[in-house]
Amino acid sequence: MPLRLVKYAWKKSEDEPRFFPDEKPLKKAYDVVIIGGGGHGMACAYYLAKEHGITNVAVLEQGYIGGGNTGRNTTIVRSNYLTSEGVKFYDESLKLFEDLSDDFDLNIFYSTRGHFTLAHTDSAMRTMRWRAEVNKHHGIDSEVVDVDTIKKEVPYMDMSCNGQHPVMGALYHAPGSVARHDAVAWGYARGAQMRGVEIHQKTRVTDIKTKGGKVVGVETDRGFIEAKKVVSMVAGSTPRITEMLDIETPIEIFPLQACVTEPVKPFMDTIVVSGSLHVYVSQSSRGELVMGASVDPAELHSTRSTLDFVEGLTDQMMDLFPFTSRLKIMRQWAGMSDITPDFAPIMGKTDVEGFYLDAGWGTWGFKATPVSGKTMAYTVANDMPHELIKPFSLDRYSKFELVGEKGAASVGH
Amino acid sequence: MKFVTCPSLGRRALSEFNYGGRLEREPDQETVSEKEWADYVFYHNGAPKTQIEWWYHRPTGIWFLFERNTLTDRITKVDFANKGISNEA
Ligand SMILES: Cc1cc2nc3c(=O)[nH]c(=O)nc-3n(C[C@H](O)[C@H](O)[C@H](O)COP(=O)(O)OP(=O)(O)OC[C@H]3O[C@@H](n4cnc5c(N)ncnc54)[C@H](O)[C@@H]3O)c2cc1C
Repeated sequence: MPLRLVKYAWKKSEDEPRFFPDEKPLKKAYDVVIIGGGGHGMACAYYLAKEHGITNVAVLEQGYIGGGNTGRNTTIVRSNYLTSEGVKFYDESLKLFEDLSDDFDLNIFYSTRGHFTLAHTDSAMRTMRWRAEVNKHHGIDSEVVDVDTIKKEVPYMDMSCNGQHPVMGALYHAPGSVARHDAVAWGYARGAQMRGVEIHQKTRVTDIKTKGGKVVGVETDRGFIEAKKVVSMVAGSTPRITEMLDIETPIEIFPLQACVTEPVKPFMDTIVVSGSLHVYVSQSSRGELVMGASVDPAELHSTRSTLDFVEGLTDQMMDLFPFTSRLKIMRQWAGMSDITPDFAPIMGKTDVEGFYLDAGWGTWGFKATPVSGKTMAYTVANDMPHELIKPFSLDRYSKFELVGEKGAASVGH
Repeated sequence: MKFVTCPSLGRRALSEFNYGGRLEREPDQETVSEKEWADYVFYHNGAPKTQIEWWYHRPTGIWFLFERNTLTDRITKVDFANKGISNEA
């Protein structure tokens, strides 16, 4: 528990200083410029300063801190992926997450819930067993559970799904968690800033300049900045950044939507995902049901919301939890997810010297915030990919070495 | 709800259609190199643009080609997909 919380319990007033000091003018040059002030950008800045002593760093954010997918996601953190590469990577992230509140001295509301991925068909059951075996091999707490166990843990669920798609079993992952998304970005941002990193909000990168195949700086709507190294951590805006350097990637942008209901009494402390029904749900600490589905049907660079989404989602949700028919939807929103063909990220160096890419986070990148920050900081500091991210290089597709995370990440979060 | 006006079918709800990806010229299978094939399958400029896309009308089983902008979501042209380009369709 963060010590500050204990301190506050005894104090009468809240004399908390401003979280982020007023912004300074931009400097002429930085050692490292990070494009994107989401969780990934902030985490990278934090670990650059903390672990590599690189503090002449600017994070440039076109909007506000965490206003991209970081502040729009449904915050599921888990490591029960399908491939060895994925499992090792996400497990490292989960471990980092567990210590973040203490690291930051800030409550990130990290709440371990237990995560059920329901199977409604024989083939889904097979995938669950496969995943459980891969997970256990890497020491991850993950197992296939039967219908009775699910009934006991999620008593309000209609196990027959309105007689349409009876639940046959589930993959259960006890460490599955949720966290306060903004707090993760803020904690990393404050930690980075305390160590000398500059964060510039409302500062948009409009071009990246190179000389002889090497990065020399970025053009922004507040002028040119020299930089030896530039890291792109912009999730749904990645193709617009890579276009500046004529770098082609397999990333396609699809909107991903989510919504919450009005708050109700706590009744569900687990996270429930159904790959076959393409929906997932958890209950927030405020009592709202946080619900999401798979990405929108067609490529689109937009954060608009649609009624089609809510209709489709609630239709399935009412099969799982019939009483939700009486709940009202309070808010809905969308983010732009950067989808890759193998549902695994793209991380590391590129053909342009001094330009590093952290992208392809699609619908699954919140849980990777700590580990991507840490491994990208290593990669930038040493100009050499960190061991954990070697399988995620941009050129893997040209060698037909895809990671094959499909099934574990398309809707599973 | 979004609607789209198609030849023969008239005004239809977009929810009746399945997206089939963008239309791209497929390299010649006989002569293509591994690199060209990987480029064709995987690598592209995914920034916002106007592109031609495959769309399948489920009730009638007809494939269409839509010209659509991936930033504004505006559909500016609709054709039957009976031509495709060169060796496609
Ligand atoms: C609805 C939804 C639900 C999701 N649910 C989950 C989940 O349950 N679990 C999970 O693990 N993941 C989930 N994700 C995915 C996750 O949110 C993202 O993968 C992750 O947050 C990406 O973080 P980021 O820091 O890389 O990007 P972002 O948070 O998007 O930050 C990128 C920042 O870059 C800025 N930017 C862009 N272009 C420029 C420019 N030219 N100049 C300056 N700044 C720029 C943007 O303004 C933005 O703030 C979900 C996503 C969505 C949309």
